[in-house]
Amino acid sequence: MTGATLGYSWLKSSQVLLFAAEPKDETLPWYGIVIDIQKCIGCGSCAKACKSENDVPVEPFFFRTWIEQYTVKNDGTVDIVSPNGGIDGFEQRVPTEDIFKSFFVPKMCNHCSKSPCSQVCPVGATYESPEGVVLIDEKYCIGCRYCVQACPYGCRFIHPVKKVANKCTLCYHRLKKGLAPACMEVCPTGARMYGNLRDKNSDLVKYLKEHTTQVLRPHLNTGAKLYYNALSGEVR
Amino acid sequence: MAPHYQHLYDILAHSQGYIFPNEIDLQWGILIVVYPFITGLVAGAFILASLERVFKVKILKPTYQIALLTALSFLLVATMPLISHLSQPRRAYEIMITPHSSSAMAIFGFVYLWYLTVVLLLEIWFDYRHSMVVWSNERTGIMKWIYKILTLGVSDITPKTLKWDRKLGYIITVVGIPSAFILHGYVGFIFGSIKANPWWSTPLMPIIFLFSAMVSGISLVLLVYMIISYFRKKVVDVNVLDAIGKYLFFVLILDFTLEGLDQIQRIYEAEESFEIIKLLVSSKLYLTLFVSQGLIGTIIPLITLAFLQFYKHQIKLRKTMYFIIGILVLIGVYSMRWNVVIGGQLFSKSFSGFTSFKVGLIGLDGTLMAAFWLVLPIGILAFLLWLLPPWKMVKEED
Repeated sequence: MTGATLGYSWLKSSQVLLFAAEPKDETLPWYGIVIDIQKCIGCGSCAKACKSENDVPVEPFFFRTWIEQYTVKNDGTVDIVSPNGGIDGFEQRVPTEDIFKSFFVPKMCNHCSKSPCSQVCPVGATYESPEGVVLIDEKYCIGCRYCVQACPYGCRFIHPVKKVANKCTLCYHRLKKGLAPACMEVCPTGARMYGNLRDKNSDLVKYLKEHTTQVLRPHLNTGAKLYYNALSGEVR
Repeated sequence: MAPHYQHLYDILAHSQGYIFPNEIDLQWGILIVVYPFITGLVAGAFILASLERVFKVKILKPTYQIALLTALSFLLVATMPLISHLSQPRRAYEIMITPHSSSAMAIFGFVYLWYLTVVLLLEIWFDYRHSMVVWSNERTGIMKWIYKILTLGVSDITPKTLKWDRKLGYIITVVGIPSAFILHGYVGFIFGSIKANPWWSTPLMPIIFLFSAMVSGISLVLLVYMIISYFRKKVVDVNVLDAIGKYLFFVLILDFTLEGLDQIQRIYEAEESFEIIKLLVSSKLYLTLFVSQGLIGTIIPLITLAFLQFYKHQIKLRKTMYFIIGILVLIGVYSMRWNVVIGGQLFSKSFSGFTSFKVGLIGLDGTLMAAFWLVLPIGILAFLLWLLPPWKMVKEED
């Protein structure tokens, strides 16, 4: 009995680790995202397209997606910047001779399958769609900001005009029409991709099989479905 | 009207290191500091009242009704800082009619209503019913009717009924003690359950909140008792102060120990967030944590209270010391709320930088508004003491 329980719990945790997926409706896709850090050139097109597509205020305090530039110096210290969320591109401010390595990390909602933001919402205005996309009912949100506090990735903000919580929807309105999210549509290097985690033959699942990917903050067990390829230890 | 962003640009200019771009502005301001402070006063005052009622600490009898009315005055206002802080305050009722069962915050409305109606109002009603019936018979005009309405038409004051009043009041107090624990322990859980924030996320948070609540509530009742005696031109019974001081001393020791344990655990484990938290407490929170909460609000009162456990001379000096201790402890507990709520939002979840916070004077989230929510309960208490004066209650035989 104990063995069976242990076996089951092992299987269960393996599922979570691999796909973080517990789809309820098997006829629908269960979306996951991959960002290949090695492909990101920090052009900022994704963040710009997101703001334009989703009516996000242009001021540098509200982002559904943004890009961070990490520069690991020879002395071991790390310089992290994201001026205007990376929309205007980056200028390297660390002298070349001091740089050990440098890379860009696009950030967006992790669409967690055990999302802390949905858990804490006192009225259920934040919820997960059947496809595993974390969404907000803007007509229902009371603006208590508990979800903003609960997101470990800093992906939420209060929309200054709508006065409700706001975040990446994976361009759900586009997904429903069979279109890719705006940030992925415009990415010139294909650093971002999305796909159906439930379909073992999908490009996304094949990618996950062939690459060593990692989620942010795995110890928090949020069931993040945003997988990074070539994620460096400095990134949080 | 287009929103103004100048204050955000100012904050951005003062941020240090790297913070996520959505973290410039603090989500919870001074009103959310006031909210746990007020609920703590409620829980603490009630627990002091229950000492007299349930645990038969007779020396505290002069403070019993004062403590209950103080708890009620503050509880009536407790939700207001929360509601006025919402971006959509007109939707606040949704939390009651469609609560999300997995949310710690969703339970607040029910815990609050339970505490207000089942515990405090009922207990005060059973306690005052006899007096209200007598007052309604003695008074004339509108006051007669007000007291009559407050009795809810139950005007039977035969010894048998009064015995039932006492019995039911006692049962409610017994139920009220765990309710008070739940009310404030739960407020601590709202913060302690946020795993995204290492400054908040500790299982000790509900217990720390609870003990600091008791500390603040006891101090407030001590002050209210002394101030009421001053206005009534009555001598403050130093034995009452000594008794309250003894409980305050013990609870403050427990509170200090728990908070110390929490910090020692953090320092010893030194998890990934340790460096940023170390910077937080040694810079941004230095004054409010070490000076205001630690030294002024804890160490000085602890030493003074320890001294007062042995020093039993010079009554006037002792009274003055108790009064000062009461104020210092309240400053300390308010600082603790500040350090938790504001401190927990000053560092980035990237653990690589800090944003800054400057509280405004005016506006819904400003200092004046916060001060208003803190002063309003005092006004309500003054009204309740006028309407239901404990010193004019009909004496009952035990």
